[in-house]
Amino acid sequence: MLSACSSGKDLTNDAPRFFAEENPVHLSEWGLMDVSGGALELSDGVVAYDLNSALFTDYALKLRTIWVPEEAGPALYRDNDYPDFPVGTVISKTFYYPRGTGENDVLKVTDTHGETNPILQQLDRVRLMETRLLVRRDVGWDAVSYVWNDDQSDARLTKIGDAQRLTLMSEDHGGEAFAYIVPDINQCAGCHAPNNTTREIVPLGMRPRHINKPYRHDENAVNQIEHLQLIGDLQGLDDAAPVQANVDWTDGQQPLNARARSYLDINCSHCHNPVGPADTSGLDLSMDALSGPELGVCKLPIAAGAGTGGRAFSIVPGDPDASILLHRVETTNPGAMMPELGRALQHREGAQLLRDWIAEMEGTCST
Amino acid sequence: MQFKAAILASTCLVLTSCGQPASDTPQSETTASAEDRLMEQLIDAQPGDVIEIPEGTLNFTRGLSLTADGVTIRGQGMDKTVLNFADQISGAEGLLVTASDFTIEDLAIVDAKGDGLKVNEGENITIRRVRAEWTGEPKTENGAYGIYPVQTTNVLIEDTVTIGASDAGLYVGQSKDVIVRRNRAEYNVAGIEIENTVNADVYENVATNNTGGILVFNMPQLQQEGKATRVFNNRVFANNTDNFGHPGTPVASVPAGTGVIVNSNDLVEIFDNEISDNNTGNIIVSSLHTTGYSEEQASASFDPYPEGIFIYNNTFSGGGAAPDTPELKMALQLLFGDEGRLPDVIWDGYYDEAKMVDGVMPDALKICIDNGDIGVLNANGPSGFMQPSTDMAPFACTLEKLAPVDLGRS
Repeated sequence: MLSACSSGKDLTNDAPRFFAEENPVHLSEWGLMDVSGGALELSDGVVAYDLNSALFTDYALKLRTIWVPEEAGPALYRDNDYPDFPVGTVISKTFYYPRGTGENDVLKVTDTHGETNPILQQLDRVRLMETRLLVRRDVGWDAVSYVWNDDQSDARLTKIGDAQRLTLMSEDHGGEAFAYIVPDINQCAGCHAPNNTTREIVPLGMRPRHINKPYRHDENAVNQIEHLQLIGDLQGLDDAAPVQANVDWTDGQQPLNARARSYLDINCSHCHNPVGPADTSGLDLSMDALSGPELGVCKLPIAAGAGTGGRAFSIVPGDPDASILLHRVETTNPGAMMPELGRALQHREGAQLLRDWIAEMEGTCST
Repeated sequence: MQFKAAILASTCLVLTSCGQPASDTPQSETTASAEDRLMEQLIDAQPGDVIEIPEGTLNFTRGLSLTADGVTIRGQGMDKTVLNFADQISGAEGLLVTASDFTIEDLAIVDAKGDGLKVNEGENITIRRVRAEWTGEPKTENGAYGIYPVQTTNVLIEDTVTIGASDAGLYVGQSKDVIVRRNRAEYNVAGIEIENTVNADVYENVATNNTGGILVFNMPQLQQEGKATRVFNNRVFANNTDNFGHPGTPVASVPAGTGVIVNSNDLVEIFDNEISDNNTGNIIVSSLHTTGYSEEQASASFDPYPEGIFIYNNTFSGGGAAPDTPELKMALQLLFGDEGRLPDVIWDGYYDEAKMVDGVMPDALKICIDNGDIGVLNANGPSGFMQPSTDMAPFACTLEKLAPVDLGRS
């Protein structure tokens, strides 16, 4: 425990721990990971995972982990919802980029799927941005946020967030300057309170449809839900029960509609669902939305302002350039872009997917 | 039990062995800027807190948000405490509030990239002496809404000033039990807009130099259809600014020079207002059919027809001489000539045939005008606007008056 009082630099690979009330100033005090040896090593019991389709955050790579304290007992599986995790559970997400040559250059690369990115073994090649925690406390989930320091020895608690000027270097588009935004704590609820009436903070990625996929922890890839059950972090799933799975939106072998809907689900449905903050718009982009006006087809905008881009309907079948939805994901004007948080750059590949999806739709909107 | 004990032990150790609490506050009070301090106050806010913001201009690059119920935010006056978002790079609002029992007063929110102040879902909302403004000439690049409570209940908005919004200066959406009084809205596309809202009293406001002064709208595909709005004792004059709204938005269809417009909304009372010099028309009553709505967007339950509209005892002068739509220009030429002006009430002529009884619309669903010798134009949209008429007879009726909105506040 003494080491927890220093800057955290001396922390070795010790056990994760839970803070029931106060948030420690340094990420290292949680004991989730150790970076002292130039490589990011997860502590025992901390399980890395990823998602079938992931939220876009300005091309940042992400390391997601979950820790369920052994004494707290396994989480209970729930259909179509995140497992009922016990008090003490800590979910983490670390945002990082491969470093470019310039001091604030970062590289646009494709994230790994189904395994922890090997680049995290060479931290001198990595720019660690922030680590966000969701902590299951007595009263519910708390969002806690840490920004990595310059020498990447530890990350420091922040409430008000941060903006860091970076340049994203890519082969296709050269350098794009942007401000990487660390959200303030209130803004965590902007995504993690998908019910705008209860406003309860909840994990988003941990729903079965997102984590129902293989991940390689050692030699063999194992389904993540099975793995969590196997190690005693999760129980209650009837083996015979079918579990939904979103597709990997980058997988060109999957049907276009499934890819687009999976992309919209993880990027939009935390607000655009029937009880979410964006239910004011009447646009539902969750997996459950029926194809029609609720999904945006020939739907008039309500309070879009500049978000319309001069276009009449959310989606005009066959005509992406006449569709508000595409304008909103392509623009980088803060007053018009979607999602409202976590994006400063255009997600070209995601926008192209939605473009293809709309182009393939049949029908017309009459005025 | 064992687990809980372990938790306690670990917390205690951190607290005691370091000689300082594991504080949530990395920045020291003395070095934090006024901007950072306000952000921290918004995050730390607890029910009952009053966040006082001193005089001066605070410059933000990121949007602000408040999630705690029961908080009051108070500046030193709408010209003294200015939250400036001219350099905003993230956030869709200047200030986003997702909380109940919220009061904000005596400050300005200026040049936000999206909306100025948005309150998304909550009860007991008070917005008082707030200025939401986009500086410079009115322009399309300005943010959408100045003051924007949506899905709120029991809402009081008074003595505010809204200027330059590319959609509506003061916009109340999908809300219930609302009073909007003594506000001034200028140089917005829509000055004051009440949309999909139930029980709203809009009075003693000034709306001028907007594209449209006061709007009472219903839009389809939403959880609540609006009804029961009283618009009275307002001064609505010279709302002749060219429409600089974003094409595709509902307000982009509002003709420049509109005083009060009711669109697809029901049970609207317009009385005791001074409405003048609005170049298209002083009052327009219309259906979503004239504003880009078609059957495909219809949800089965949505009613696009304005019904139960009662216009009485208003004072009119000027206006109607330079309408902003081809259909109304044609009607002006045809019926009144180049030097004439359109009547003070203009109806687009769409009505719900299914609701007729023996060929007559029941009184309760009519548009009733009891306003001295003013005229009316039925633009006759269903005929393709080809046969406009000025027959007052169908409007000669009165409706039962609506009850005042009672917020139950002292």
